[in-house]
Amino acid sequence: MRSHRENPIPNVLYRAFVFGFGGLGLVYLVMPIVIALTMSFTSGQTLKYPPEGFSLRWYEALLDPVRSGTEHIAAANSLKIAGLAVLGSLLFAVPATIGMARMKRSAVNSIEPLLLAPLVLPSLVYGLAALIVANFVGFHPSLWLNVVGHVVVFGPLMYRAASVVAQGINPSLAEASTIMGAGWFTTLRRVTLPLLTPGILAGAFLVFIQSLDNVSVSLFLADAQTTVLPLRMFALIEESLDVRVAAMSGILIGLTLVVMLVARKVLAPSRSG
Amino acid sequence: MKASGFPYVIPMLVLSVAFFATPLAVLIGYSFFGSQGASLENYGRFFGDAFNFHVLINTARLGLETVIGTTILGVPIALFYWHGGRNARQVIIFLTLIPMLTSNVVRTFAWIVILGRQGPISEALMALGLTGSPISLMFTELGLVMAMCQIDLPLIILPLIAILSRTSVQFTEAAQVSGAGPWRILLTVLLPMILPGLLAGWILVFASTSSSFVTQAVIGGARNVYVPQLIYREVGTLFDWPMASAIAVVLLLSTGLLLVAMAMISRHRRLIGHA
Repeated sequence: MRSHRENPIPNVLYRAFVFGFGGLGLVYLVMPIVIALTMSFTSGQTLKYPPEGFSLRWYEALLDPVRSGTEHIAAANSLKIAGLAVLGSLLFAVPATIGMARMKRSAVNSIEPLLLAPLVLPSLVYGLAALIVANFVGFHPSLWLNVVGHVVVFGPLMYRAASVVAQGINPSLAEASTIMGAGWFTTLRRVTLPLLTPGILAGAFLVFIQSLDNVSVSLFLADAQTTVLPLRMFALIEESLDVRVAAMSGILIGLTLVVMLVARKVLAPSRSG
Repeated sequence: MKASGFPYVIPMLVLSVAFFATPLAVLIGYSFFGSQGASLENYGRFFGDAFNFHVLINTARLGLETVIGTTILGVPIALFYWHGGRNARQVIIFLTLIPMLTSNVVRTFAWIVILGRQGPISEALMALGLTGSPISLMFTELGLVMAMCQIDLPLIILPLIAILSRTSVQFTEAAQVSGAGPWRILLTVLLPMILPGLLAGWILVFASTSSSFVTQAVIGGARNVYVPQLIYREVGTLFDWPMASAIAVVLLLSTGLLLVAMAMISRHRRLIGHA
C-alpha cells in the first residue's frame, strides 16, 4: 500500500482494521495463556485475578509427593503413553511415508484419505468405538489400550508432517545411491531417513504434544489405575477448582515454550522456504 | 517401476483398517442394536426426545457462532501477517503456535479464571462502574463462545497464512496499479484467494468446537448441554452403549456431511489442513 495518489481515508480505516483489529486479535489469542501462567504464582487460596501476591506455594504443593501423589502417577502415565505413541507412529507412519513417496500419484490419492481419516473424525467418537471393540474382544481399559488408541488417532500427524518433507525430496538422490551400489537398507539409512529427519522430528513433536493433551480417547480407554494428566486436571477443575491446576498449567506452558524453542533451533535449517 | 513402495505402506494400512475402520464399522452396526434385534429404535428414541433435538441444535449453533467469531478475529490477523514484514510474520506464527500447542485443559482453565466472578472481566466492569456487583460469565453460552473462539483461533489462522505465504504480493500490486483501493483489493483479490483456507478453517473450527468435550463440560456447565456430554452420559452413567453409538453416528454424520459439502464447494485437495 505505498501509492500516494490514493484517497487516504479508506487507507487509514484499512490500516486500523488490519493492524489495530489484527493486533487485538493476537492479544485475545495469547492473553489467556499469560493469565494462566501468572495465576500459577499466586499466594492466594482462590482463582482471583489479578493474583493477590507472589509465591511458589502451589508449585511446592504440586511437587510434594504426599499431597500430589495421584497427580504424579497421572503425569507418569501420560508421559509413558505419549512416548510410546511417538514410538508407535515412528514404526507405522514413517515407513508409510517412504512407501507413499515411491508410489504413483493415483495410488497415493486412493490410500491417503484412509490414513488421514483419524485426523478429521471427532476423537470422542473414536474413543467410544475403540471401547466397544475392546470390550467385545475382552480387553480392559489399560495403559496399552491407550497407546494403541493414540497411535491410531495421532499417527497420521506423523505421516502428514513427514510426507510434506518427503514430497520435497528429489527421488534421483535415492536412485543415485542405488546406482552407486548401495543396497536398499544402506540407501534408507544413509540417504532417505536423514533427508526425512526434519519432518519426522516435527511429527514426533506433534504426536507427543497431542497425546499428552488428549482427553477424548482416554476418557473411554483409561480406568482408575491408568488415569492420565489431562483427565486428572479435568477432574480437579470440576470438583474443587484446586489452585494446583494453575501450577500444572504453568509447568505445561513452560514445557511447551521450551520444546518450541528447541524445535525452532533443530528445525531451523529446513524452514528456509 | 515405482510400485516398490507399497510394502512400506502395509503396516499403517493394516493398523488403519484393523484399529480404525473396523471399530467405526462396529460402532455404526452397534447403533442399530435395539431391544429386539436390528432396528432404528435408538435413532427413533434420540430424535423422539425433544431434549436431545434441542442439544443437537445447541451444538450446531455453538459451532456456527465459534466459526463466525474465529473468522472475525482470524481474518485481520492473517491480513496483518500478509502486510507485515519478516519479523512481524515470525512473531505472528509464534503467537499462533503457543496457544495451539498448549494443552486444551490449560486453555480451558485459563478461561475459568477469566470468566469467573473474581476474574479480570468482572473486575474491569466493576472498576468502570458498569456493574455494581461481581458478575460471572461461567456457565453461559456467551462465555463458552468467547473461550471456544480463543481455543480454536489457530485452526483458522494457520490455513489462512499457509495460503498467504505462498501468494505473491504482485497480485495486489497489480490491482493497486489498476487503481483499486485497499478494501476493493481485499474483497475482489485477496478474499477469493484465501477462500480455500477459510473453508478449511471453518471445517476444523466447527469439528473441533462440536466435539470439545472438556471446554463444553466445564464452561458450559450443567445447563448448557452439548452432544459430546450426551454421549458420555449414555456410556458412563446410563450404560446404554447402543444409544451412545447412535448419538455418535448422528454427530459423525452431521459433521461429515458438512465436511463433504465444503470439500465439494472448494474442491481443494489439502482441505485436511496445514498444521
